[in-house]
Amino acid sequence: MKVCMFHLMPYRELPADFEQRYNSAYIEPVWFDIADSDKVGQFYNATLDEMLFAAKAGMHGLCTNQHHQNVYGFMANPSIMGAVLARATNGQNIGIIQLGSTLPSTTPPTRIAEEYAMLDCISGGRLIAGFPTGLPADAVLSNGVVPIEQRERYREALALVIKAWSAKEVFAWNGKHYQLGMVNLWPRPIQQPHPPVWIPGAGISGTADYVVEHDHCFCHLSYYGLKSAEEVSDRYWDTCARKGRDDNPFRYSFLQLIGVADTDAEAERIYGPHGEYFFNKLLYSAPHYQQIPGCLEYEGMVQALRGTSRSSINLRELKAKDFFERGFIVVGSPKTVRQKLLDGVKRLRIGHLLTLLHFGSMPTELCKSNIDLFAREVLPHLAGQWEDKYEDLWWPERLRARRPANASGGAMAAAS
Amino acid sequence: MANPEVRRFKLWQDRIQTEVEISGSGPPLVWLHGPWGLNPDRAFVERLASDNTVYAPRFPGTTRGDPDGVRALVGWLDLAVYHGELFNRLELEAPALAGHSFGALLAAEIAAVTPKLVRRLVLIDPVGLWRDDQPVKNWMVLSDKARRRALFADPDGEAARRFFEVPKDPEERVNTLAQFNWSLACTGKFVWPIADRGFKNRIHRVSAPTLIVWGNADGIIAPAYAQEFAKGISGARVELVDNAAHLPHLEQSDAVVKAVLDFLR
Repeated sequence: MKVCMFHLMPYRELPADFEQRYNSAYIEPVWFDIADSDKVGQFYNATLDEMLFAAKAGMHGLCTNQHHQNVYGFMANPSIMGAVLARATNGQNIGIIQLGSTLPSTTPPTRIAEEYAMLDCISGGRLIAGFPTGLPADAVLSNGVVPIEQRERYREALALVIKAWSAKEVFAWNGKHYQLGMVNLWPRPIQQPHPPVWIPGAGISGTADYVVEHDHCFCHLSYYGLKSAEEVSDRYWDTCARKGRDDNPFRYSFLQLIGVADTDAEAERIYGPHGEYFFNKLLYSAPHYQQIPGCLEYEGMVQALRGTSRSSINLRELKAKDFFERGFIVVGSPKTVRQKLLDGVKRLRIGHLLTLLHFGSMPTELCKSNIDLFAREVLPHLAGQWEDKYEDLWWPERLRARRPANASGGAMAAAS
Repeated sequence: MANPEVRRFKLWQDRIQTEVEISGSGPPLVWLHGPWGLNPDRAFVERLASDNTVYAPRFPGTTRGDPDGVRALVGWLDLAVYHGELFNRLELEAPALAGHSFGALLAAEIAAVTPKLVRRLVLIDPVGLWRDDQPVKNWMVLSDKARRRALFADPDGEAARRFFEVPKDPEERVNTLAQFNWSLACTGKFVWPIADRGFKNRIHRVSAPTLIVWGNADGIIAPAYAQEFAKGISGARVELVDNAAHLPHLEQSDAVVKAVLDFLR
């Protein structure tokens, strides 16, 4: 399997009374009241350092993402971060995973097609093209997308991007939301007809249906841990079976918060405050900023009304021990962590594990020691999973040759 | 209360299905519901039917079984032309139009596009204009508490209780919430993210005699906007309603029914 480093680039030094002052991590916190541009410059640099440290330590890929107007993560344009990472890992066996630019809020979406094509060229064909629909707050509040049009724009934009990457002639696009008279993209991606496409989602079945129909990879970005993900992953694999797809685990990626230390007790002690910071301060968003009428299509909305909504959990009422017990964060000694992860990887059939080894207020030294211990003591026990029976068809072709054991971001095998 | 006659139409090259509830007798009056759908307005509509034939269509997308019908309408031009088609199918020549909030804006837009085809116009807390010093609240993005306060002068009163009431039966609960949310989604399509889509450029075309009704405590769009609408519509009359917010027809139903019926007579 592939094990990748995911980073949100949060604001790491929020005031202790943030929860009392603001009802939401999104939209309401006013920059000049709590943030500092100099500090944020250092946070961006620390984020890039931590990701490159992870690449050097042996992770298979580096994941960036796009969010707006919040304290929880503000890589407002992930292509900027991806460009730095692509350049700094030039010639290495590291996937550049953009998870990614948000199509519905970018007009015209060929702008993203161009940025991704640039990244694929700069990285030498190592791009994984992630296409999120965008959180409601990001797309419709920060960027003004009409809620009921968010998903229809998304589907049209993705079809346009994929066509623009491989079309052999100049073409006109006369869509419902986008009209472009002459499309002839420069540059085109190295990977043809298109780089692997990963589509993030939180578990709405409409997204999973779309992913399976188009034979892309579904990235389950739940933030609620392996334990809580069984219903969604079971439904996903059922969908695959129903639509005639095979059970290749590389169709499924999963994000998990992880904290490793020498002992279980030590891990709980050092990661507890950062876990609380993440869930109490950063991930908490007022429901009315996320449940905006129209962002879910009708069937998805009915499904959400029928189901147990995860938004019914008030994250601000939970403490570190709750996050550990519920498995939102996998913490412990290397032995504990690898056992929990292996159990989860097998149960959910995870092909790509996206590790959030930085979360909340974690300082860079702690993040790096987490990465280091994880890469030395846990990663080698995961990396062989699935590889003997399945081919990762959702990974850049030039990086697919098996790495030697314990290789750490070495030279690209197949490309050289 | 007598049940209204419900007629179902396929319109717009058969891409939209809509139900129209028809009740009462007398001159034709079309009621255009607000962002929360037709259901909360039923009792009010029934009272207007005492001396009018009231036609209450469901907004595209809000008729059961056709949630995606609204996707066939791309913008305000489509919306106005669609309603022209609907009125033709109902064989209405020059009906009076009355609407609430988003529905009032829709009524006003139709009256601006086809001034001679609207006999009289009633606008209850319409949206559609904008003043930087009095920004209109986005009613689709409010906490439960803020929404209650914005919609009702008495957020704990009987009208508010009825408006937000959800059935206990699980399936009925899902249906009720789905209708409520989806009505917001479908109507919101035409006014997101700011309910100013150029009506100020067209308002001068409204020529029908017009009554503007406004809840004095409206927390979505301030009563100051009553004068903004009146300034643009020649001869328009304004009635402010005390102890009511954005839904005066539900919170002070007696006063609003009387004002509307008197105006239409």
